[in-house]
Amino acid sequence: MNALQIRNLSVSYGDTRVVDTVSINVVRGESFALVGESGSGKSTVLKAVAGLAPQWTGEISVFGQPRSKGIDRAFASRGQMVFQDPYGSLHPRQTVDATLSEPLAIHGLGGQDARVQEIMAAVGLDRRFRFRLPHQLSGGQRQRVAIARALMLEPKLLLLDEPTSALDVSVQAEILNLLKRLRREKGLSYLLVTHDLPVVSFLCDRLAVMREGKIVETNTVDALKRGRMTNDYSRELIEKSALTTSA
Amino acid sequence: MSAPLLDVQNLRVTFPTLQGPVEVVRGISFQVGRERVGIVGESGSGKSMTGRSILRLIRSPGTVTADRLRLGDTDILTASDRDMRAIRGRRISMVMQDPKFSLNPVMTIGAQIGEALTVHQKLPRQAVRRRVHEMLEAVRIRDPERVFGLYPHEVSGGMGQRVMIAMMLIPEPDLLIADEPTSALDVSVRAQVLQIIDDLVTRKGMGLIFISHDLNLVSRFCDRILVMYAGEIVEQCRASELGKATHPYTRGLLASVPRLNETRAELPVLDRSAWSVA
Repeated sequence: MNALQIRNLSVSYGDTRVVDTVSINVVRGESFALVGESGSGKSTVLKAVAGLAPQWTGEISVFGQPRSKGIDRAFASRGQMVFQDPYGSLHPRQTVDATLSEPLAIHGLGGQDARVQEIMAAVGLDRRFRFRLPHQLSGGQRQRVAIARALMLEPKLLLLDEPTSALDVSVQAEILNLLKRLRREKGLSYLLVTHDLPVVSFLCDRLAVMREGKIVETNTVDALKRGRMTNDYSRELIEKSALTTSA
Repeated sequence: MSAPLLDVQNLRVTFPTLQGPVEVVRGISFQVGRERVGIVGESGSGKSMTGRSILRLIRSPGTVTADRLRLGDTDILTASDRDMRAIRGRRISMVMQDPKFSLNPVMTIGAQIGEALTVHQKLPRQAVRRRVHEMLEAVRIRDPERVFGLYPHEVSGGMGQRVMIAMMLIPEPDLLIADEPTSALDVSVRAQVLQIIDDLVTRKGMGLIFISHDLNLVSRFCDRILVMYAGEIVEQCRASELGKATHPYTRGLLASVPRLNETRAELPVLDRSAWSVA
């Protein structure tokens, strides 16, 4: 069974079609990357899966369960999203404790205290940060809180939208290591959106390259490392990336 | 190295806080000639504050002190505000990180670039228009006639950044400070924007201070690198010799970046207790 199956997904804003008949399968336990330039529609695919872009057509199913277009409480416990900028995605007036407890309260789950402590330990946040506000944390700590929040309902699929591009390289390394460890420990599947190919190389198994709303190539990360991508545009993207990032 | 354009000795920047004054730049010294110098460090290392203090853009309650802060034969520390206005743009200019917040949203692009020129010299309107056109072409904007009349929200991020570079370079300054000029941009346009900066800097023989957190990017692009940590310069080297850097902080930063051909199961993380800053 696939963790995530997307078939012929199209999303339009008004007359502009930003995602055009995209199909993706993320196998259970796999880490899959969507790469492309800004405006290629890669983030919109994530938003459609998360329920933040309701005007889509096609089929989306998560662990075999089709996703409805409205607010889907059952989906929330199967898949969660982590956003690019932790400062923008955390409530500025809520403590870490409140942020982490809220999903449990919404879903009527008990044992909040133990669960909050457990998840904070899992993402490597010290206990003393529990009653702090987002502005009292560093960028890396904030992103840890955002990841912890996404994990509160024990989803098996994480949608990651540029989770490290707002962070320093040294902090990026910590968060990437954390994501890799959590995937191993909790058997998670990832759908990662990024334009940073080295991050894909570190964290993912397969990738799809998007351009103007369409997928131009789906291949293994191994092919990316060996320079065996087949599509001309994919190769162009890799070349441009090699000019400005590490070799 | 040619005669220094900029000479900085023992620069300190201090901000008062409830817990007493905090020094964010702690007595750094460097010189910049007509060359490309990169300043690298993490957030909070004081690299941007260094850039800003050169233009005297740090406002009260922040204070800047130095034994020497000279641009050519001008002393920046004692210059009057009027003198500083003549220096900013004309002799030193600065490209900021994000064009979205640095361009005036209610002025057309042509008018903004033209203003950067007319602030410093009186020119007939036709001449200004012609110079703006040339400048837009120099930053490889394909249709300058059309872009001239557009507003900042009507152009993409990459184009906005090229517009800002055009604006900063039109008064032909001696020194350009670029503070993370490409980190708000896509990888695909990053290379192009860097190429443009590089071309113009070399062609006009300007000095460049390139501030970034990306060591590899800086090492490709600059002649010389200063690595900053906690307000101090911990290492200086030629860009080509970055691989031989010795300071544990520099080595840690280099190692923590994932590579395109990544085989490590885990990325090394900086151990900040491994070195100490006095």
